[in-house]
Amino acid sequence: MARWLAFVTTLVVSAMLSLAHAKEAPPVAADPALEARMQKIAVELRCLVCQNQTIADSPAGLSDDLRREIREQLQSGATDEQVVQYMTDRYGDFIRYRPAVKGSTVALWVGPLVLLVGGIGVLVFALRRRARMAPDRFDPDAEDDEAAEGAR
Amino acid sequence: MKGSLRFIIPLVVFLVLAGFLAAGLKLDPRAVPSPLIGKPAPSFALPRLDDPNATVQRDTMLGKAWVLNVWASWCGPCRDEHPHIVAFAKTKQAPLIGLNYKDKRDDAQAWLKQLGNPYDLSLSDLDGRVGIDFGVYGVPETFVIDKSGVIRFKHVGPMTAEILQTRIVPLLKELNG
Repeated sequence: MARWLAFVTTLVVSAMLSLAHAKEAPPVAADPALEARMQKIAVELRCLVCQNQTIADSPAGLSDDLRREIREQLQSGATDEQVVQYMTDRYGDFIRYRPAVKGSTVALWVGPLVLLVGGIGVLVFALRRRARMAPDRFDPDAEDDEAAEGAR
Repeated sequence: MKGSLRFIIPLVVFLVLAGFLAAGLKLDPRAVPSPLIGKPAPSFALPRLDDPNATVQRDTMLGKAWVLNVWASWCGPCRDEHPHIVAFAKTKQAPLIGLNYKDKRDDAQAWLKQLGNPYDLSLSDLDGRVGIDFGVYGVPETFVIDKSGVIRFKHVGPMTAEILQTRIVPLLKELNG
């Protein structure tokens, strides 16, 4: 009985999973190699309608069209770089999740590193200063003690 | 001195952060800067909405500044902006061409009949390819294109009286002057 139940549950769950899969944009190209290349490019491109999704994931009509465009360009012999360039020419650096490093995008690439190094710098500076302090500086202040007593 | 610095540094950090956040509030995260501004409009050859056998090309429009408004009957915000587009068309400042984006011909014509047709003519971009060339990602969009076919201005989203008055009308005056 229990076995049966487990079997039925597995069936139902897998059917549901495959349904969920069917709702994602289905690949329509007959050529799996081309489809794989299209997917590889599409996951690097931002959907402009739903901006936190990639063109590969997005169900928006525009993403459909852009996937079709990528497919057709690859079919006619374009390189991956040419396709990405085509998209950037029309929609700007914004369409790329990893935009090319240049003047207008350098803050994007270097900014986090600068913040990280700056933060570590401040931390090291503060810790070193503390290390040089006289030990009695770390004794609690009498005033604070009184305040703490009062709060109790 | 040391004591006051302890208060001033966090204050300065706070003010800088608040400044950035305040500026961020005013930015529209959905507005994507178009790389097409200052570049020649993409070439196109599209059938007219009212007469599928007649084709209009980009170069047909050379020699005068004109306005391209991307619209569709399925697009809700297009309905919102429609009165402003009609008002602009009445001023006859520039030819107003509609780009009927990914629409059905019948639906589009019914929409124009119902709401009024402000366009000198509309072009049918049935599969949205010309839209992609223009970098269209959210209908409605409006472009101003100059005499030599260069895109000078783009507005994404419904047209407003303010944008017409402060951006498009002055720009057309400059381009026609």
